[in-house]
Amino acid sequence: MSDWPLLSLVIFLPLLGAAFIAIVRGEPETVARNARAVALWTSLLTFLLSIFIWTGFDKGNPGFQFVERAEWLPGVNFTYHVGVDGISALFVLLSTFLTPLCVLASWKAIQERVKEYMIAFLVLETLMVGMFASLDFVLFYIFFEAVLIPMFLIIGIWGGPRRVYAAFKFFLYTLAGSVLMLLALLAIYFQTGTTDIPTLLTAKIAPGLQTWLWLAFFASFAVKIPMWPLHTWLPDAHVEAPTAGSVILAGVLLKMGGYGFLRFSLPMLPDASMYFAPLVFALSVVAVIYTSLVALAQSDMKKLIAYSSVAHMGFVTIGIFTFNTQGIEGAIFQMLSHGVVSGALFLCVGVIYDRMHTRDIGRYGGLVHRMPLYATVFMIFTMASVGLPGTSGFVGEFMVLVGAYQANTWVALFATTGLILGAAYMLWLYRRVVFGPLTRDDLKTILDLDAREIAMFVPLILVVLWMGIYPASFLEVIHGSVASLVDHYHASVAPASAAPGAVR
Amino acid sequence: MTSFQFSQFLPALPEAFLAVAAMIVLMFGVFKGDSHSRAAGWLAVFALAITAALVLGSPVKTTTVALNGLFVLDSFARFAKVLVILGSALALIISLGYLEREKFARPEYSVLFLLATLGMLMMLSANDLISLYVGLELQSLALYVTAAIRRDSLRATEAGLKYFILGALSSGMLLYGASMIYGFAGTTSFVGLAKAFASGEASIGVIIGLAFVVAGLAFKISAVPFHMWTPDVYEGAPTSVTAFFATAPKVAAMGLLVRVLMGPFAELAGQWQQIVVFLSVASMLLGAFAAINQTNIKRLMAYSSIGHVGYMLVGLASANESGIRGVAVYLAIYLLANIGTFAVILCMRVRGTMVENISDLRGLSKTSPMLALALGIFMFSMAGIPPLAGFFAKLYVFMAAIEAKLYILAVIGVLSSVVSAFYYLRIVKLMYFDEAADPFDKAIGGEMRWVLAGTSAFTLLFFVWPAPLVTGASWAAKALFPG
Repeated sequence: MSDWPLLSLVIFLPLLGAAFIAIVRGEPETVARNARAVALWTSLLTFLLSIFIWTGFDKGNPGFQFVERAEWLPGVNFTYHVGVDGISALFVLLSTFLTPLCVLASWKAIQERVKEYMIAFLVLETLMVGMFASLDFVLFYIFFEAVLIPMFLIIGIWGGPRRVYAAFKFFLYTLAGSVLMLLALLAIYFQTGTTDIPTLLTAKIAPGLQTWLWLAFFASFAVKIPMWPLHTWLPDAHVEAPTAGSVILAGVLLKMGGYGFLRFSLPMLPDASMYFAPLVFALSVVAVIYTSLVALAQSDMKKLIAYSSVAHMGFVTIGIFTFNTQGIEGAIFQMLSHGVVSGALFLCVGVIYDRMHTRDIGRYGGLVHRMPLYATVFMIFTMASVGLPGTSGFVGEFMVLVGAYQANTWVALFATTGLILGAAYMLWLYRRVVFGPLTRDDLKTILDLDAREIAMFVPLILVVLWMGIYPASFLEVIHGSVASLVDHYHASVAPASAAPGAVR
Repeated sequence: MTSFQFSQFLPALPEAFLAVAAMIVLMFGVFKGDSHSRAAGWLAVFALAITAALVLGSPVKTTTVALNGLFVLDSFARFAKVLVILGSALALIISLGYLEREKFARPEYSVLFLLATLGMLMMLSANDLISLYVGLELQSLALYVTAAIRRDSLRATEAGLKYFILGALSSGMLLYGASMIYGFAGTTSFVGLAKAFASGEASIGVIIGLAFVVAGLAFKISAVPFHMWTPDVYEGAPTSVTAFFATAPKVAAMGLLVRVLMGPFAELAGQWQQIVVFLSVASMLLGAFAAINQTNIKRLMAYSSIGHVGYMLVGLASANESGIRGVAVYLAIYLLANIGTFAVILCMRVRGTMVENISDLRGLSKTSPMLALALGIFMFSMAGIPPLAGFFAKLYVFMAAIEAKLYILAVIGVLSSVVSAFYYLRIVKLMYFDEAADPFDKAIGGEMRWVLAGTSAFTLLFFVWPAPLVTGASWAAKALFPG
């Protein structure tokens, strides 16, 4: 197996599927049916292949594995260079895991332009996996920004009533952030003479320049993750996107920001990261508390979950900038967990939206009487989002808080407030939708989950419980690379901070 | 003695061939009449293909000076000439069906294309202020006539007249600047001028002359603040002529500007750099903001091309080898995306009449999916979104700007590209998100399909194998930096 270009296969197999769908001709009905089937099988096959990355991953090796390299742009030595380490491996898996579920979720909800829809999702999968696997900065940037095209089309073509506004806002916000990163990337290239990420991880960049580069990266990643106050595109995009679009947006695209901080800001710009850490803490704490309060006031389910995403991502940025192992591992785990849980919550909303065509919380109530299975599924994910021990949400938040206590007690204290608020808005949402009397006439005939929807939720439930009960299977993959990242960080900033006082 | 003269003449063989071919096409047209316009067009395309083969056939990576120092053939000229010929040939091919439908097909159209192309090739090989001017005027005169070729159309005549007056003004400015330079430096030869300024010092008269020359050329590439003619001429001229104006002459004029500034005046870079930075910033910003409110697609493309010229000037402002490479890459990608876009615009016909409003594109993805896909690719590419070709064009010029430490220019550039992304996306939005308007007439010529397929495949798949173009551009840039 090791001789196979496994990673490239995982990256480009969905593209092959998309090309295959593109050449399908015939009656609209047949084309739609074939497009769905091809998309599902391609994404399932991709997921199976990506499992080999997990099983074949050498946990003792903190460096990059499954590395492939080829010449690409001449004269400037940008290369096609891919590989995964402990930080990126599981994100690749997350992307390939969520895509087949998205295809399933769109099986009936999407009836128009099915062919184009499936092509967009498969292209999106290629771009997401490629982004997490890139080991060349320019390659990374290309995948990072190319994601905008399919996502823009998914929101704009298959989205809700205000889809045009949401699609433009999403596109322009993200583009404005990422073009500045492009300039920072080029500046790094001229400083160090390379765009090769493994080389750059140990390169030294002058502290004066680091500040500017860090801000440029921040503009890009903080919009993407998103951090308060740059988060305003997210509720719009989430509400207007079709269900599967929201799943990918919350599940994977938001993680690109966190991944960017971990891959670039921390190791390449350690001094600036230390300098700006208080800023990040402040913004994250505001995000956690403020967006939780905003979530409490929402009447649209998707908007509520969108704001909860911003709050959860606040935990992630706190964890990343604690610069200790627990905090960073917790942040990565929280991102993975949020990817699964928020994706699942959007699917839960999608299930009742497909039946009732409204997301207004006030229109629901008493669903438990007609939909006991749905109520159970929804409860599991609500608990995971709240962070109940035994679910994936608990592990990540707990580790982030442990890390935060070591870095700054006040930050930890305020972040914990967010946990309580999180429990409040999620439980309240659950109570209003699922419990109470079943009074509305149109709800009295609503049907419980069908086989397709059960097939969609079972893997998600299993993963959420697995991550909560035995997180070691995931943490041991992460650990080696995070430990070396933390060591490298402290080694790079130590001379500067230890010199004046020489306390230690 | 004869063999000596022949070797003096050999580097200009493609130009000589093209001049003869233009005469042959003219004769063909005179004897066969208007009914054979399409044949004359294909004959002209064939002549352009042979000219391109002759250019490519000359030994690569060498620099030859010919015609007593008036003419130079180097990798830069070769690269730009191939682009110009490609642009002219494709613009001619997509015109053929349009001219017949609009009933002004005449063989002269093809002849004028050939003569304009000949002028552009001369411009690109200019090694002396005199040959520069001769080439430029040959090109311009042919273009003035082409703009007004539809004699019975008020708009086209107005556009032609406007183009002629402002073009003549800019030529006058260029000539005035050239005479100032001659007066103060004592020579018109680029080699002589380079020697005279080798110390990096020049008298104030030369600087004023240089400013006039740059202003004259800025007119031709329609850089702000010398851009006023562009939207009106683009809108007024017949669409097929606009497609030509937006491509080959832009390449030729930009190539000439690069040749002049990086050749004889390379050592005075400190003097002209600030002019170019100003032109670049103004063009990028105006191209981004003024296009937002346009409703006519040809005007929109005019502002779009002003913006693109601004990005190319970022590469030139860097005044280093990677900057010139960036300009070369940008020109190639710009040329093909523009030809493709205008090919789509030429397909915008509803029930037999041409339509030009961007709102006519509504719902195109449902009525003509392939046309919408092609235009979508071009729009995302022009907005500079990876992995499409337009991204690499911008990558190379901004790389040069960072290398030259022009950080503020680069930041203004990328931010204005975000603004311009808005109006490119608006076209995608009209085509993909909105309900369908009247469908376009299906009758698209076979040659149009091929041009659309070729240009959109290039724009979409450039990232797969960028090496040939980038290597060619690197050679072109190296030719301007001897030693």
